[in-house]
Amino acid sequence: MSESQLAVHGAIMESSPYAIPSRKLTMWLFIISDAVTFGACLMAYGYLRTASTDWPTPFKFYPTILNVIIMTFVLITSSLTMLGAVDAAKVGDKAKTTRFMWSTIFLGALFAGLHIREWLGLIGEGVRPFHNPWGSPLFGATFFNITGLHLLHVIGGVIALFVIWRGYTRGTLTAGHVETTGLYWHFVDLVWMFVVPMVYLLSIQR
Amino acid sequence: MTDKASVTAPSTSGNVIAKYLPVYFVLLAIAGLEVFLVYWNFSALTLLVILLAMAVCGAALAVMYFMHLAQERPSLFLSLIPATIFVLFMMNAIWTDSFRLLHMKPFAH
Repeated sequence: MSESQLAVHGAIMESSPYAIPSRKLTMWLFIISDAVTFGACLMAYGYLRTASTDWPTPFKFYPTILNVIIMTFVLITSSLTMLGAVDAAKVGDKAKTTRFMWSTIFLGALFAGLHIREWLGLIGEGVRPFHNPWGSPLFGATFFNITGLHLLHVIGGVIALFVIWRGYTRGTLTAGHVETTGLYWHFVDLVWMFVVPMVYLLSIQR
Repeated sequence: MTDKASVTAPSTSGNVIAKYLPVYFVLLAIAGLEVFLVYWNFSALTLLVILLAMAVCGAALAVMYFMHLAQERPSLFLSLIPATIFVLFMMNAIWTDSFRLLHMKPFAH
Protein backbone atom coordinates (compact mmCIF):
# COMPACT_ATOMS: atom_id res chain seq x y z
CA MET A 1 0.00 0.00 0.00
CA SER A 2 1.34 3.42 -0.94
CA GLU A 3 1.91 6.17 1.61
CA SER A 4 -0.98 8.20 0.22
CA GLN A 5 -3.30 5.22 0.66
CA LEU A 6 -2.02 4.74 4.21
CA ALA A 7 -2.68 8.40 4.91
CA VAL A 8 -6.28 7.92 3.83
CA HIS A 9 -6.91 4.53 5.44
CA GLY A 10 -4.37 4.65 8.26
CA ALA A 11 -6.86 5.35 11.00
CA ILE A 12 -9.08 2.47 9.91
CA MET A 13 -6.23 -0.02 9.73
CA GLU A 14 -4.59 1.00 12.97
CA SER A 15 -4.84 -1.65 15.65
CA SER A 16 -6.39 -0.81 19.02
CA PRO A 17 -3.72 0.74 21.27
CA TYR A 18 -5.26 -0.95 24.30
CA ALA A 19 -5.88 -4.35 22.66
CA ILE A 20 -9.52 -4.31 23.76
CA PRO A 21 -12.68 -4.04 21.66
CA SER A 22 -14.49 -0.74 21.22
CA ARG A 23 -17.41 -1.71 23.46
CA LYS A 24 -15.10 -2.46 26.35
CA LEU A 25 -13.18 0.80 25.92
CA THR A 26 -16.50 2.65 25.72
CA MET A 27 -17.61 1.04 28.96
CA TRP A 28 -14.34 2.06 30.63
CA LEU A 29 -14.86 5.66 29.45
CA PHE A 30 -18.44 5.60 30.74
CA ILE A 31 -17.21 4.24 34.08
CA ILE A 32 -14.63 7.01 34.37
CA SER A 33 -17.20 9.71 33.62
CA ASP A 34 -19.63 8.10 36.07
CA ALA A 35 -16.91 7.93 38.73
CA VAL A 36 -16.37 11.65 38.36
CA THR A 37 -20.14 12.22 38.60
CA PHE A 38 -20.32 10.29 41.87
CA GLY A 39 -17.15 12.07 43.01
CA ALA A 40 -18.83 15.44 42.39
CA CYS A 41 -21.97 14.33 44.29
CA LEU A 42 -19.90 13.17 47.26
CA MET A 43 -17.84 16.39 47.19
CA ALA A 44 -21.05 18.44 47.17
CA TYR A 45 -22.29 16.39 50.10
CA GLY A 46 -19.04 17.06 51.99
CA TYR A 47 -19.19 20.75 51.11
CA LEU A 48 -22.73 21.19 52.43
CA ARG A 49 -22.07 19.09 55.49
CA THR A 50 -18.96 21.07 56.42
CA ALA A 51 -20.76 24.37 55.91
CA SER A 52 -23.74 23.38 58.08
CA THR A 53 -23.68 23.65 61.85
CA ASP A 54 -26.65 21.38 62.47
CA TRP A 55 -26.00 18.41 60.20
CA PRO A 56 -28.00 15.45 61.56
CA THR A 57 -26.37 12.14 62.50
CA PRO A 58 -29.46 9.93 62.68
CA PHE A 59 -28.25 6.44 61.79
CA LYS A 60 -28.54 3.86 64.59
CA PHE A 61 -26.80 0.47 64.42
CA TYR A 62 -30.22 -1.13 64.23
CA PRO A 63 -31.86 -0.96 61.77
CA THR A 64 -29.81 1.29 59.46
CA ILE A 65 -26.17 0.23 59.88
CA LEU A 66 -27.07 -3.46 60.14
CA ASN A 67 -29.09 -3.10 56.95
CA VAL A 68 -26.11 -1.40 55.27
CA ILE A 69 -23.81 -4.25 56.36
CA ILE A 70 -26.17 -6.80 54.79
CA MET A 71 -26.48 -4.67 51.62
CA THR A 72 -22.68 -4.45 51.35
CA PHE A 73 -22.34 -8.22 51.76
CA VAL A 74 -24.99 -8.78 49.09
CA LEU A 75 -23.38 -6.39 46.59
CA ILE A 76 -19.80 -7.66 47.03
CA THR A 77 -21.09 -11.25 46.71
CA SER A 78 -22.88 -10.28 43.49
CA SER A 79 -19.54 -9.09 42.10
CA LEU A 80 -18.13 -12.55 42.79
CA THR A 81 -21.03 -14.27 41.02
CA MET A 82 -20.56 -11.84 38.09
CA LEU A 83 -16.93 -12.96 37.83
CA GLY A 84 -18.22 -16.54 37.61
CA ALA A 85 -20.67 -15.55 34.86
CA VAL A 86 -17.92 -13.91 32.78
CA ASP A 87 -15.64 -16.91 33.19
CA ALA A 88 -18.39 -19.38 32.29
CA ALA A 89 -19.38 -17.29 29.24
CA LYS A 90 -15.77 -17.25 28.09
CA VAL A 91 -15.63 -21.05 27.92
CA GLY A 92 -19.10 -21.15 26.33
CA ASP A 93 -20.85 -22.85 29.25
CA LYS A 94 -24.35 -21.43 28.86
CA ALA A 95 -25.89 -23.33 31.78
CA LYS A 96 -23.24 -22.11 34.20
CA THR A 97 -23.41 -18.58 32.78
CA THR A 98 -27.17 -18.63 33.36
CA ARG A 99 -26.77 -19.79 36.97
CA PHE A 100 -24.19 -17.12 37.76
CA MET A 101 -26.01 -14.33 35.95
CA TRP A 102 -29.30 -15.12 37.66
CA SER A 103 -27.49 -15.25 41.00
CA THR A 104 -26.16 -11.77 40.23
CA ILE A 105 -29.60 -10.56 39.14
CA PHE A 106 -31.17 -11.97 42.31
CA LEU A 107 -28.53 -10.36 44.55
CA GLY A 108 -28.88 -7.05 42.71
CA ALA A 109 -32.66 -7.13 43.12
CA LEU A 110 -32.24 -8.05 46.80
CA PHE A 111 -29.89 -5.08 47.25
CA ALA A 112 -32.43 -2.77 45.61
CA GLY A 113 -35.21 -4.15 47.82
CA LEU A 114 -33.15 -3.62 50.98
CA HIS A 115 -32.30 -0.12 49.81
CA ILE A 116 -35.93 0.78 49.17
CA ARG A 117 -36.86 -0.62 52.60
CA GLU A 118 -34.18 1.65 54.10
CA TRP A 119 -35.63 4.64 52.25
CA LEU A 120 -39.17 3.84 53.38
CA GLY A 121 -37.96 3.66 56.98
CA LEU A 122 -36.41 7.13 56.73
CA ILE A 123 -39.42 8.55 54.91
CA GLY A 124 -41.56 7.12 57.72
CA GLU A 125 -39.43 9.07 60.19
CA GLY A 126 -40.19 12.28 58.30
CA VAL A 127 -37.13 12.64 56.07
CA ARG A 128 -37.89 14.40 52.79
CA PRO A 129 -35.58 15.89 50.13
CA PHE A 130 -36.02 19.36 51.64
CA HIS A 131 -37.06 18.64 55.20
CA ASN A 132 -36.21 16.36 58.10
CA PRO A 133 -37.03 16.42 61.81
CA TRP A 134 -33.39 16.56 63.00
CA GLY A 135 -31.52 19.50 61.47
CA SER A 136 -30.23 20.87 58.20
CA PRO A 137 -32.84 20.32 55.47
CA LEU A 138 -30.01 19.68 53.03
CA PHE A 139 -29.43 16.29 54.68
CA GLY A 140 -32.39 14.72 52.89
CA ALA A 141 -31.50 16.35 49.57
CA THR A 142 -27.94 15.01 49.56
CA PHE A 143 -28.87 11.63 51.05
CA PHE A 144 -31.59 10.89 48.51
CA ASN A 145 -29.46 12.32 45.68
CA ILE A 146 -26.43 10.10 46.29
CA THR A 147 -28.16 6.91 47.38
CA GLY A 148 -30.84 7.43 44.72
CA LEU A 149 -28.28 7.77 41.95
CA HIS A 150 -26.60 4.59 43.15
CA LEU A 151 -29.93 2.76 43.42
CA LEU A 152 -30.72 3.85 39.86
CA HIS A 153 -27.43 2.31 38.74
CA VAL A 154 -28.26 -0.96 40.52
CA ILE A 155 -31.74 -1.17 38.99
CA GLY A 156 -30.31 -0.29 35.55
CA GLY A 157 -27.64 -2.95 36.04
CA VAL A 158 -30.19 -5.62 36.95
CA ILE A 159 -32.17 -4.82 33.79
CA ALA A 160 -28.98 -4.81 31.69
CA LEU A 161 -27.92 -8.17 33.16
CA PHE A 162 -31.28 -9.68 32.23
CA VAL A 163 -31.11 -8.31 28.67
CA ILE A 164 -27.53 -9.53 28.20
CA TRP A 165 -28.34 -12.95 29.66
CA ARG A 166 -31.29 -13.28 27.28
CA GLY A 167 -29.19 -12.29 24.28
CA TYR A 168 -26.31 -14.54 25.29
CA THR A 169 -28.45 -17.64 25.76
CA ARG A 170 -30.20 -16.97 22.43
CA GLY A 171 -26.86 -16.59 20.70
CA THR A 172 -27.35 -12.98 19.61
CA LEU A 173 -24.82 -11.62 22.12
CA THR A 174 -21.35 -12.88 22.98
CA ALA A 175 -19.14 -13.49 25.99
CA GLY A 176 -17.66 -10.06 25.28
CA HIS A 177 -21.04 -8.48 26.06
CA VAL A 178 -21.22 -10.41 29.34
CA GLU A 179 -17.75 -9.20 30.26
CA THR A 180 -18.57 -5.57 29.44
CA THR A 181 -21.73 -5.74 31.57
CA GLY A 182 -19.63 -7.27 34.32
CA LEU A 183 -17.34 -4.23 34.25
CA TYR A 184 -20.36 -2.01 34.87
CA TRP A 185 -21.61 -4.23 37.68
CA HIS A 186 -18.24 -4.17 39.49
CA PHE A 187 -18.24 -0.38 39.19
CA VAL A 188 -21.63 -0.22 40.95
CA ASP A 189 -20.03 -2.27 43.73
CA LEU A 190 -17.04 0.08 43.80
CA VAL A 191 -19.18 3.20 44.19
CA TRP A 192 -20.98 1.63 47.16
CA MET A 193 -17.60 1.30 48.91
CA PHE A 194 -17.48 5.13 49.03
CA VAL A 195 -21.17 5.77 49.67
CA VAL A 196 -21.23 3.62 52.82
CA PRO A 197 -18.47 5.40 54.78
CA MET A 198 -19.21 8.91 53.50
CA VAL A 199 -23.00 8.93 53.76
CA TYR A 200 -23.83 6.33 56.41
CA LEU A 201 -20.88 5.64 58.70
CA LEU A 202 -19.98 9.31 59.23
CA SER A 203 -23.58 9.98 60.27
CA ILE A 204 -24.06 7.38 62.99
CA GLN A 205 -25.96 8.32 66.11
CA ARG A 206 -23.68 8.38 69.20
CA MET B 1 -10.34 -8.32 17.03
CA THR B 2 -12.78 -11.15 17.68
CA ASP B 3 -14.98 -11.34 20.72
CA LYS B 4 -13.23 -14.47 21.84
CA ALA B 5 -9.89 -12.69 21.81
CA SER B 6 -11.34 -9.67 23.51
CA VAL B 7 -12.45 -11.45 26.67
CA THR B 8 -9.74 -10.94 29.22
CA ALA B 9 -11.05 -12.96 32.13
CA PRO B 10 -8.00 -14.50 33.74
CA SER B 11 -8.86 -18.17 33.59
CA THR B 12 -10.43 -20.62 31.24
CA SER B 13 -10.76 -23.25 33.94
CA GLY B 14 -14.14 -22.08 35.16
CA ASN B 15 -12.62 -21.90 38.66
CA VAL B 16 -12.47 -18.13 38.80
CA ILE B 17 -14.53 -17.95 42.00
CA ALA B 18 -11.84 -19.76 44.00
CA LYS B 19 -9.16 -17.59 42.45
CA TYR B 20 -10.84 -14.35 43.53
CA LEU B 21 -12.11 -15.51 46.93
CA PRO B 22 -9.15 -13.85 48.75
CA VAL B 23 -10.02 -10.48 47.15
CA TYR B 24 -13.68 -11.04 48.06
CA PHE B 25 -12.82 -11.72 51.71
CA VAL B 26 -10.48 -8.71 51.90
CA LEU B 27 -13.30 -6.48 50.57
CA LEU B 28 -15.70 -7.90 53.16
CA ALA B 29 -13.06 -7.42 55.87
CA ILE B 30 -12.55 -3.78 54.85
CA ALA B 31 -16.31 -3.18 55.03
CA GLY B 32 -16.52 -4.86 58.44
CA LEU B 33 -13.50 -2.99 59.80
CA GLU B 34 -14.99 0.33 58.68
CA VAL B 35 -18.13 -0.33 60.74
CA PHE B 36 -16.01 -1.43 63.70
CA LEU B 37 -13.84 1.71 63.57
CA VAL B 38 -16.69 4.22 63.51
CA TYR B 39 -17.69 3.12 67.01
CA TRP B 40 -14.21 3.98 68.34
CA ASN B 41 -13.65 7.48 69.64
CA PHE B 42 -11.68 8.90 66.74
CA SER B 43 -12.01 12.57 65.92
CA ALA B 44 -14.23 13.29 62.89
CA LEU B 45 -11.23 14.25 60.73
CA THR B 46 -9.18 11.18 61.70
CA LEU B 47 -12.16 8.94 61.06
CA LEU B 48 -12.78 10.56 57.68
CA VAL B 49 -9.16 10.01 56.63
CA ILE B 50 -9.16 6.38 57.83
CA LEU B 51 -12.46 5.56 56.12
CA LEU B 52 -11.43 7.25 52.87
CA ALA B 53 -8.10 5.40 52.85
CA MET B 54 -9.88 2.08 53.38
CA ALA B 55 -12.44 2.87 50.68
CA VAL B 56 -9.63 3.70 48.24
CA CYS B 57 -7.91 0.38 49.05
CA GLY B 58 -11.17 -1.50 48.46
CA ALA B 59 -11.81 0.36 45.22
CA ALA B 60 -8.26 -0.34 44.00
CA LEU B 61 -8.72 -4.06 44.65
CA ALA B 62 -12.05 -4.04 42.80
CA VAL B 63 -10.63 -2.17 39.80
CA MET B 64 -7.42 -4.15 39.50
CA TYR B 65 -8.80 -7.67 40.12
CA PHE B 66 -12.59 -7.80 39.72
CA MET B 67 -12.44 -5.46 36.71
CA HIS B 68 -9.17 -7.04 35.53
CA LEU B 69 -7.40 -3.75 34.92
CA ALA B 70 -4.22 -5.33 36.25
CA GLN B 71 -4.34 -7.76 33.32
CA GLU B 72 -4.91 -5.17 30.61
CA ARG B 73 -2.14 -3.27 28.87
CA PRO B 74 -0.50 -0.66 31.11
CA SER B 75 -1.48 1.96 28.55
CA LEU B 76 -5.16 1.50 29.49
CA PHE B 77 -4.40 2.04 33.16
CA LEU B 78 -2.24 5.07 32.39
CA SER B 79 -4.90 6.58 30.14
CA LEU B 80 -7.74 6.19 32.62
CA ILE B 81 -6.66 6.21 36.23
CA PRO B 82 -4.21 9.14 36.65
CA ALA B 83 -6.58 11.53 34.85
CA THR B 84 -9.50 10.39 37.02
CA ILE B 85 -7.52 10.81 40.22
CA PHE B 86 -6.37 14.24 39.04
CA VAL B 87 -9.94 15.40 38.36
CA LEU B 88 -11.18 14.07 41.72
CA PHE B 89 -8.22 15.69 43.45
CA MET B 90 -8.88 19.07 41.82
CA MET B 91 -12.46 19.00 43.13
CA ASN B 92 -11.00 19.44 46.62
CA ALA B 93 -10.58 23.13 45.87
CA ILE B 94 -14.12 23.60 47.21
CA TRP B 95 -13.24 22.92 50.85
CA THR B 96 -11.88 26.36 51.69
CA ASP B 97 -15.17 27.85 50.57
CA SER B 98 -17.23 25.46 52.68
CA PHE B 99 -15.16 26.41 55.77
CA ARG B 100 -15.69 30.08 54.85
CA LEU B 101 -19.44 29.47 54.87
CA LEU B 102 -19.14 27.82 58.27
CA HIS B 103 -17.50 30.92 59.70
CA MET B 104 -20.32 33.05 58.29
CA LYS B 105 -22.85 31.32 60.53
CA PRO B 106 -25.70 31.75 61.36
CA PHE B 107 -26.17 32.32 57.61
CA ALA B 108 -24.75 28.85 57.04
CA HIS B 109 -27.94 27.33 58.46
